[in-house]
Amino acid sequence: MTKTTDYRVIGTRPIRHDGVDKVTGRAVYGGDVQMAGLLHGRVLRSPHAHARIRGIHVHKALALAGVEAVVTGEDMPEAGTRVAELGEGAIVVKHLSNNTLARDKVLYKGHAVAAVAATSPQIAEEALNLIEVDYQPLPVVIDVREAMRDDAPLVHDDLITESLGKSTGKPSNIAKHFQFKLGDLEKGLAAAEVVIEREFHTATVHQGYIEPNNATAVYNPDGNVTIWSSTQGAFTVRAQVAELLDMPISRVKVIPTEIGGGFGGKIRVYLEPVAVLLSRKSGKPVKVLMNRADVFEATGPTPGSFIRVKLAADREGRLTAAQAYLAYEAGAYPGSPVGAGAMCVFACYDVPNVVIDGYDVVVNKPATSAYRAPGATNAAFAVETVIDEICEKLKIDPLDFRIKNGAKEGTRRADGPVYPRIGMIETCEAAKKHPHYKAPLSGPQRGRGVASGFWFNIGLKSSATASVNADGTVSLVEGSTDIGGTRTSIAMQLAEALGIAAEDVRPVVGDTEGVGYTDVTGGSRVTFATGWAAYEAAQDIKRQMIARAAQIWDVKPDDVSYEDGILQSRTDRSKRFTFRELAGQLHATGGTIVGRASVDPPCVGGSFATHIVDVEVDPETGKVAILRYTAVQDVGKAIHPSYVEGQMQGGAVQGIGWALNEEYVYNEKGVMTNASFLDYRMPTSLDLPMIDTVLVEVPNPGHPYGVRGVGEVPIVPPPGAIANAIHKAIGVRMCELPMSPGRVAKAVLAASR
Amino acid sequence: MSKKMQIQAKINGRGVDFLCEPRQSLLEVLRDELRLTGSKEGCNNGNCGACNVLLDGKLVNACLVLGVEVQGRSVTTIEGVASPGGLHPLQQKFLEHAALQCGICTPGFIVAAKALLDQKSKPTEHEVRHWLAGNLCRCTGYDKIVRAVLDAAKQ
Repeated sequence: MTKTTDYRVIGTRPIRHDGVDKVTGRAVYGGDVQMAGLLHGRVLRSPHAHARIRGIHVHKALALAGVEAVVTGEDMPEAGTRVAELGEGAIVVKHLSNNTLARDKVLYKGHAVAAVAATSPQIAEEALNLIEVDYQPLPVVIDVREAMRDDAPLVHDDLITESLGKSTGKPSNIAKHFQFKLGDLEKGLAAAEVVIEREFHTATVHQGYIEPNNATAVYNPDGNVTIWSSTQGAFTVRAQVAELLDMPISRVKVIPTEIGGGFGGKIRVYLEPVAVLLSRKSGKPVKVLMNRADVFEATGPTPGSFIRVKLAADREGRLTAAQAYLAYEAGAYPGSPVGAGAMCVFACYDVPNVVIDGYDVVVNKPATSAYRAPGATNAAFAVETVIDEICEKLKIDPLDFRIKNGAKEGTRRADGPVYPRIGMIETCEAAKKHPHYKAPLSGPQRGRGVASGFWFNIGLKSSATASVNADGTVSLVEGSTDIGGTRTSIAMQLAEALGIAAEDVRPVVGDTEGVGYTDVTGGSRVTFATGWAAYEAAQDIKRQMIARAAQIWDVKPDDVSYEDGILQSRTDRSKRFTFRELAGQLHATGGTIVGRASVDPPCVGGSFATHIVDVEVDPETGKVAILRYTAVQDVGKAIHPSYVEGQMQGGAVQGIGWALNEEYVYNEKGVMTNASFLDYRMPTSLDLPMIDTVLVEVPNPGHPYGVRGVGEVPIVPPPGAIANAIHKAIGVRMCELPMSPGRVAKAVLAASR
Repeated sequence: MSKKMQIQAKINGRGVDFLCEPRQSLLEVLRDELRLTGSKEGCNNGNCGACNVLLDGKLVNACLVLGVEVQGRSVTTIEGVASPGGLHPLQQKFLEHAALQCGICTPGFIVAAKALLDQKSKPTEHEVRHWLAGNLCRCTGYDKIVRAVLDAAKQ
């Protein structure tokens, strides 16, 4: 491994390659796609949270001037009982199909039932009002604990509960119950001085990307379809559309546009298959857009949950046992991230005796999607709060406690894996040394809290192709849609490997026919895995450049060295080319050089974060103000430190929103009553201080440049850290998210009685 | 379908005639009729600021203004912020400070920040945060955006 100080490009802060397009309004996002003859598509959505569809009548809509096509669930091919791997895990195709356009039942308010394509968006919206749907409303269940009761209304009549790997043969809203075990829980509890058990509730929250979901499709008479979409993965859109519409993948071309945020919420398809069906029926290109209410009611969100955590520690403050019960709302279809939540819940700690039970539960809410470290934040809120209470009981500094009990190389997680080199303890040590932690915090109703968090990160498959241009630059085509500056972090790794400047690489994101298969932009994998593909493509270029220099000089390739972008004969030092000089000779000496690589790296480095927060609580209104915030994270190796900081700041602020304000508010009919940005209260610039960052670099031994994923883990600690700070401020333990003014005020009142 | 009206306005310094239905918002006119897609739709009800434009120099949400309302008036969109000679200092500082990730909110932030700096050349951090509270960003946590605006104000 190259030493950090040897890097010339990595660790610098070049201007991102797509920057000018994005600050001038020129970058083309999915909603900006325009073409001749384009029709506008809109989707009709269920007003009921749970209802049987007895009939859909579309003739009045079809008769409206300007309407060119109407589609319903009947236009989707029968999915049968197929299960397919379509992005982030296996999925029952029928569920995805019915979520795209409902067939017999609607399972949540906002569930798509029909779609219209018309010559203007206004006509399309008028036409939606002319579609008549005959609904038979059914009883609604929206809370995970209610849904788990024996007498709860069934969301699916045919969902058979799987428990501990076996079918129970019984239908219920519990899709799955699983368990992880390590050591002997009872023995660990018996050895403890302190045992604390608490229950927690967390609300449903949304990814909150600013750009609504969109899709544009052109279905050609030869059966080939082209789709433009703001997606986290062009190839997963291709796979899902092909699977849902029963087409070979080779018939589906997906062109990823710029994407206006996703955070996990733009992996599943919603509109793409609908746009294809509308285009096929109308014979014209169709662009389908969601409005903001659609986004809240029909996409995302991340699960609400009920969690019980029991922790035990001995007199010296060493954790002896841990138990968790996690019940997550999957939404309308099975597949909540409770599995990940269960793997993460105690992942920051070395605990010898553990039992974790997880429950995946369907409710009449939109089908949940990934959201930044999916499942981990709910779990961390619970466990980090109980850790704080243990520290209080044992009178131990919470960072000292985490340093003492923190997971390290060799620690076994309850779900099996043994950690390689990780940086959990390093983040706590860095937090402890930070001026923030030592700064005095005075004043009434003010408190400081800390919490840690873990996320796995993923590897998966990435491809890149890089062509050497005659002027010494390199055109890089990679397959990862760029959601936050990854063109640059990938290009920088290619530049580092070739010994050229970051600005001399011209990165573009390829479509599904322009680049090799690449998995989704998710799991904090892009800078890690696609960066690795770029590194390998650079090695391929280097090999060929060496061979070409050898050919020109008439020496053996072994005689040619390549270092810092200079090719030189080892035996005759006068024979020397810069990268640029040789690039200029390629056309005359056999043609250009193209490097290529496809990788599926196994050694992802897990990431840990520890956050410090100071809050002030207004005891009358219950409003919590963030006074100061510091995010410490093991980032492996920061390729472009500014964008790493940005990930940490953005993740922390999403966690702050989750902690303090954000939630789906439902009425008794299962209708979300706050489906707008005004009422679903995401943090604004006025709610926040600067977010200080500390980049701890414990290189991932499994990556050529030590990269770990950085994007997800910063959302994990904030709710726990803020809950702990609130406790310090006013002496109240908050066990419910969000810790909104109403809830905090109520807790203050209850405590004062 | 309602009848289209002919509207004359100055868009980014140039006289423009366009047809629009009375029910079309300025945002729809800019994006769908004039193909100025730099103004983004995030919410279509004035809550996110992604469609911020200047109307006679005043900051507005284009989704809350009707197209017909701009008759005889002047509109500046993100496409009109840079000069032929180069980027506006705000645009340059957004790049230098890495004040964007996905970039969808960036046009709105730059137009809004320009409106602030046009009237108050040396705002405090609190004034910047207060002014930009009508613009939502979900990626950055605002830190680098606020720094970029404060730095641009120094120019």
